[in-house]
Amino acid sequence: MPRTPIESGVPDPFQYMHPVMAKNYGMWKYHERPRPGVLCHTAKSGDKVWTVRAGTQRQMDLYTIRKLCDIADEYAEGHIRFTIRSNIEFMVSSEAKVQPLIDKLLKEGFPVGGTGPSVTMISHTQGWLHCDIPGTDASGVVKALMDELHEEFIKEDMPNRVHIATSCCQINCGGQSDIAINIQHTKPPKINHDLVANVCERPAVVARCPVAAIRPALVNGKPSLEVDEKKCICCGACYPPCPPMQINDPEHSKLAIWVGGNHSNARSKPSFQKLVAAGLPNNPPRWPEVAAILKKILHVYKEDAKDWERISDWVERIGWPRFFELTELPFTKFHIDDWRGARRSLNSSTHIRF
Amino acid sequence: MSKQKHETPMLDQLESGPWPSFITGIKRLANDEGKTYQDTMIDLLGQLEHSYQTRKGYWKGGTISVMGYGGGIIPRFSEVGDKYPASREFHTLRIMPPAGMHYDTKIMREMCDVWEKHGSGLIAFHGQSGDIMFQGARSDKVQDAFDEFNKMGFDLGGAGPAVRTGMSCVGAARCEQSCANEQKILRLLVNEFLDDMHRPALPYKFKFKVSGCPNDCMNSIERADFSVIGTWRDDMKVDQDAVKAFIAEKGQKYVIDNVITRCPTQALSLNDDDTLAVDNRNCVRCMHCINVMTKALSPGDDKGVTILIGGKRTLKIGDLMGTVVVPFMKLETEEEYEKIVELAGDIIDFFAENALEHERTGEMIERIGLANFIEGIGLEVDPNMIAEPRQCSYVNTGNWDEEAQKWFDRKAEERAA
Repeated sequence: MPRTPIESGVPDPFQYMHPVMAKNYGMWKYHERPRPGVLCHTAKSGDKVWTVRAGTQRQMDLYTIRKLCDIADEYAEGHIRFTIRSNIEFMVSSEAKVQPLIDKLLKEGFPVGGTGPSVTMISHTQGWLHCDIPGTDASGVVKALMDELHEEFIKEDMPNRVHIATSCCQINCGGQSDIAINIQHTKPPKINHDLVANVCERPAVVARCPVAAIRPALVNGKPSLEVDEKKCICCGACYPPCPPMQINDPEHSKLAIWVGGNHSNARSKPSFQKLVAAGLPNNPPRWPEVAAILKKILHVYKEDAKDWERISDWVERIGWPRFFELTELPFTKFHIDDWRGARRSLNSSTHIRF
Repeated sequence: MSKQKHETPMLDQLESGPWPSFITGIKRLANDEGKTYQDTMIDLLGQLEHSYQTRKGYWKGGTISVMGYGGGIIPRFSEVGDKYPASREFHTLRIMPPAGMHYDTKIMREMCDVWEKHGSGLIAFHGQSGDIMFQGARSDKVQDAFDEFNKMGFDLGGAGPAVRTGMSCVGAARCEQSCANEQKILRLLVNEFLDDMHRPALPYKFKFKVSGCPNDCMNSIERADFSVIGTWRDDMKVDQDAVKAFIAEKGQKYVIDNVITRCPTQALSLNDDDTLAVDNRNCVRCMHCINVMTKALSPGDDKGVTILIGGKRTLKIGDLMGTVVVPFMKLETEEEYEKIVELAGDIIDFFAENALEHERTGEMIERIGLANFIEGIGLEVDPNMIAEPRQCSYVNTGNWDEEAQKWFDRKAEERAA
């Protein structure tokens, strides 16, 4: 007799929540950041909870998770949570526990930070480890870059918080970020015409193309698909529904950097990220060319932005010409948007900084 | 005795440096003599090194599910399984975390024990949709692993054209800026539509995300088809003594440069006696001043939510933000909570009936126009839904008087209420 699943859905969090948080649910008064990596929240009742935030590798082995549990039991109070960016948080109800907890985490190799105006953990996708359509790795890129950005994670000396994301294809599961590092294909798909008819639902593949560049065709007597390479924008959207349309290319799938995405409504409205650099080699295991540009952008932002300016706020104030001047990145025709609605992104004024 | 290990010169380079290394973690599992996952992880490292060497991925999808469900498992079969046979099948179970991603160590250890027995020993906290990703089960182990998680109170998340796993921020559990009961909203919404999650039959994915305030830490406007964001409609709260204390500590210049002049609607002014004047009618609840002066400023008491529909990432027509469809909804009584669930049901029904295959809610709205969507789900138009009125004169305004009368009638009703 097969077992019927219990459709229990999203579990109730109160059974796992730190008791001080559960007790003061909805009744918090204010918070402070006593040092990088530590938050202190005070409830209206006068209760306080200290949170120590640490970086993880996200893809964790059992030994790492059990070690984090041991730390939580011995140095904290047995309750943890994760942030949207895969940082782990340990909650304690006494200030005296904070420093020993930090010392233990550092001793075990978990960086403490990621709070306030820091560069927090890079949110990322699956990559070569698990995805079926990846142009690059994700965990590896993130490991390599977070090694480079370690100092920025453990300190709070950026103008405002910096969220970075990576995506291994142009679907961009990594999401919008202050800085995004995404795959950008530069060649149309290579089609294995022997397989298309058996593997792909051809009308669905035709419908998937954002620029109507795919059409049904007979190739060598077999039903297949062909791509108008002049129209093709090399997005790779046809590859997931039709794997014989291989888009990933060890040489020509490049990395691109986008900046200025911001989820928050604080100050300005939420914004999408904009292309600033492309054509970077997909160069495992440490992607040094990407790291160099990323660090350059962060350095310029740190030097030039005012307190509380996210990257989007900063560029809005100084203008895009100054951004390219300060970062020494080339401005090319590829930066000029030509997608639908693009004219709104052009400068139709005499507002020009000299 | 384990099988022969593969040389991994490129992956080895990811073991140095200050950040925790996932490679070191996978190697610990590959060195775990006698464990059922050892050989799998040896070959997984082999395949991953092969990807690093050739700069290509080697996983393909397939069809794997558990009894009674159509989605929630991400099947992965290796295309280079002949070379790396032990990791030939390496499927992921997407398991929904408790709302707000709270755990105690007991439940974490129990999850580890299950994954030691049935899986690879590798777990991601969390994937981009917000699932716990138990990565790497053989086809014949998927059901066993799920059964154990399910008995512990956990359920599979979404995959494919379905309601997806949602996310809510830490919110009221710890954050003083919370204007909503985030976990309650998330659980009510997602748990109402589990059938649409577990048996994928929608045009495409549909995501709920809940943030407790307009800082939108869940990125819901950018990423959710149904975005719920806590807000308030009375005056924000100002503790003038705390304002004075803040100015005494930071100085007037800091407050002028970082608070007063950063207000997007110039709704703030610093008085001569170091108190703060707020033009609440023009405050757009952006959160900036509250973020800076956490002790002195806080949201008002008349709390509720704003609902935005249609956020998504690039595929197919480009990135879209969510659009306001409900400027303010009070969420206190059970009837009010029922209303948000009803609205979600109406939107999912409309989406199921009107979206094209593989079209997201936002793309459907782009195609049919917001006014048609609003009418279709039974809401009334509201100027808070737009950034500015139409610019182009290509529109037939033939039944203007009728539409204008609707507005006047609605306003009269509001005044009477």
